[in-house]
Amino acid sequence: MTDLSSTHLQEPVLILEPGRTEKNYWADLWRYRQLFIIFAWRDVSVRYKQTIIGILWAILRPFLTMVVFTVIFGRIAKLPSDGDIPYALMVFAAMLPWSLFSNALSESSNSLIGNANLIGKVYFPRMIIPLATMITAFIDFLISFILMIGMMVYYQFVPSWYLFLLPFFILLALLASMGPGLWITALNVKYRDFRYIIPFIVQFGLYISPVGFSSKVIPWEWRLIYGLNPMVGVIDGFRWCILGGESSIYLPSFILSLAIIIFFLWLGISRFRKTENTFADLV
Amino acid sequence: MSDIVIKAENIGKKYVIGHQIRRGSYTTFRDVMIQNIRNLWNKTKNLVKGKPIIQGDTFEEIWALKDVSFELCRGEAVGIIGRNGAGKSTLLKIFSRITEPSTGRLTIKGRVASLLEVGTGFHPELTGRENIYLNGTILGMTREEIKRKFDEIVAFAEVDKFLDTPVKRYSSGMYVRLAFAVAAHLEPEILVVDEVLAVGDASFQKKCLGKMGNVAKQGRTVLFVSHNMNAIQRLCAQSIWIEEGKLIQIGQSDVVVNAYLSNSSGTYLSGQMELSNWPNRYGSGEARILSARLLNSNQETTTTVYRAGFMAVEFVFENRLMKPLHFSMIVLTESGDKILHLSYHDTPGVDVDSLSGQYRACFSIPELPLCAGNYCIALGIHTENLVPIDVVLDILPFASEDMINSPRPYKTLNKDAFCWTPNHFSVSKLYSN
Repeated sequence: MTDLSSTHLQEPVLILEPGRTEKNYWADLWRYRQLFIIFAWRDVSVRYKQTIIGILWAILRPFLTMVVFTVIFGRIAKLPSDGDIPYALMVFAAMLPWSLFSNALSESSNSLIGNANLIGKVYFPRMIIPLATMITAFIDFLISFILMIGMMVYYQFVPSWYLFLLPFFILLALLASMGPGLWITALNVKYRDFRYIIPFIVQFGLYISPVGFSSKVIPWEWRLIYGLNPMVGVIDGFRWCILGGESSIYLPSFILSLAIIIFFLWLGISRFRKTENTFADLV
Repeated sequence: MSDIVIKAENIGKKYVIGHQIRRGSYTTFRDVMIQNIRNLWNKTKNLVKGKPIIQGDTFEEIWALKDVSFELCRGEAVGIIGRNGAGKSTLLKIFSRITEPSTGRLTIKGRVASLLEVGTGFHPELTGRENIYLNGTILGMTREEIKRKFDEIVAFAEVDKFLDTPVKRYSSGMYVRLAFAVAAHLEPEILVVDEVLAVGDASFQKKCLGKMGNVAKQGRTVLFVSHNMNAIQRLCAQSIWIEEGKLIQIGQSDVVVNAYLSNSSGTYLSGQMELSNWPNRYGSGEARILSARLLNSNQETTTTVYRAGFMAVEFVFENRLMKPLHFSMIVLTESGDKILHLSYHDTPGVDVDSLSGQYRACFSIPELPLCAGNYCIALGIHTENLVPIDVVLDILPFASEDMINSPRPYKTLNKDAFCWTPNHFSVSKLYSN
């Protein structure tokens, strides 16, 4: 871009036609990585502006939910923990992926509408916006992970080497939210109904996913079916990594969760790409 | 270099809009319920089929652009002119990939940066420094490029003292200057600019126009939409004239601009306008301006008048208000600046006691104080307390020219100034060497 004469030969040729999908879509997405970074940075730095306790919110919210769940499920309902792990630790090991998932999902599904003015004025691969918002959720996750470490110290719990497998499950949690997130944000552009559905899904999902309790309390014959909820696989994986062998993964259910995540990912990306070109006309 | 960088073939853009059927005042609860259920059913059907929801009972297809074809070469600066709603902005949106064309094909060689709005993506919570990076990246600059030009941008915007203040604390002038400054330092191969230069103060506009002129000189292609014919003629060698979504003319800017301004085939440029359905108006509607025309000294309808000559604006209105009225006329320049205001509130000849009637009114100016250039008119009827009743905007575009056989030679352009006044000028010799 700096030297015009040298760009003459390998100048990109762009053809715009109705219904034309970009051949090198992913390469294009890569070319716009700086924009992705700057959007992510913008969302992160704006997130806790003009709040009193700022970034502490990222810790406070999952922490309070964890306290409530520990009291209700652990003390009042007296549900069993995995092995002899403290109940609070077990709940928080699930709170981490759950708040990562739910934050990423709700942020990304509202992202296109929140950036409507940009979409109407500038071109860039639209997928950048929902993806960048997921970074915010990831940063929140990292911060609340500090609390996890603090709790481990408090309960004098030593994690095993499984902990090093955690990045894989973090990625899985992000992918699990990316599929539905992309799909819903695309739908949100056309039908604002989805803006009201998301808080509902998130609230509902907190109770049908094994956050406040161990998936072992689910009757054995239902364990496989329970894997239809993609977060079951992710949460089981998190507990397995963080808490060590004490909480095990039920493999068939995990594979089912994985399949569901991949299916939604495919659905989200393909739906998103199909409607991407019309966003500016509708938003 | 005359290689083609932009090739548009039969570009069209269709929008579907919905209309609400106006019902009578007697609608029963049952009717409303049935209508609502039907709407819900239709919307659900649309959702399943993946069609967007369009509010309304009947639908209409609107072609914002139709069969637009042209080719542009490298290094050309091209102006796009046309009235409001002609499809200029839609064309720019297609160029900048914001929306895709419904028909046709557009081939672009090189990277496009578009500037459809000043300060796109500015975040009020972020500081000036942060927003320069944010906005620059959104407009297509790389981080290194911004870093390199950072000082230049700050100097251009004249905001160095407030670099680390959130832009929500900026005055609107500072905000616009900063936004302009970032945009002015874009260096893409093809630059698409909408009427963004209409904001900002005059000296800053000048600075930006100069910067854009440089861009074109460096062998980049510039597409520039404006209502400011002077800017178009100054910046762009070529111009495209679009009207009602169709390409009317493409060619030398002087030729196209003149054709656009003196176009007398359309109703809007004939010096006479039917205004009862004119959309660009506001007011309570208790009186309505029905038509207007521009007259010369021979009482003929015209679009060209002469500096220092006679000009009259005659209009017909209907009045249903039993109150004294206030009449006004404003002459505006092409960039929308109001430069002449005439008004009367003694309602001569209007029968305040009768409930309704049609009237003809006329503003006549014996010696037109406008320099050569292009202007348009707004007419207004207000109450005595200046509450608008009917104000029509953007009507009767006309040109003021210098009389060829004027008693004393005189030459000016409204580039220099807009106003003229009767005056005397003399030169006398003091001494000779």
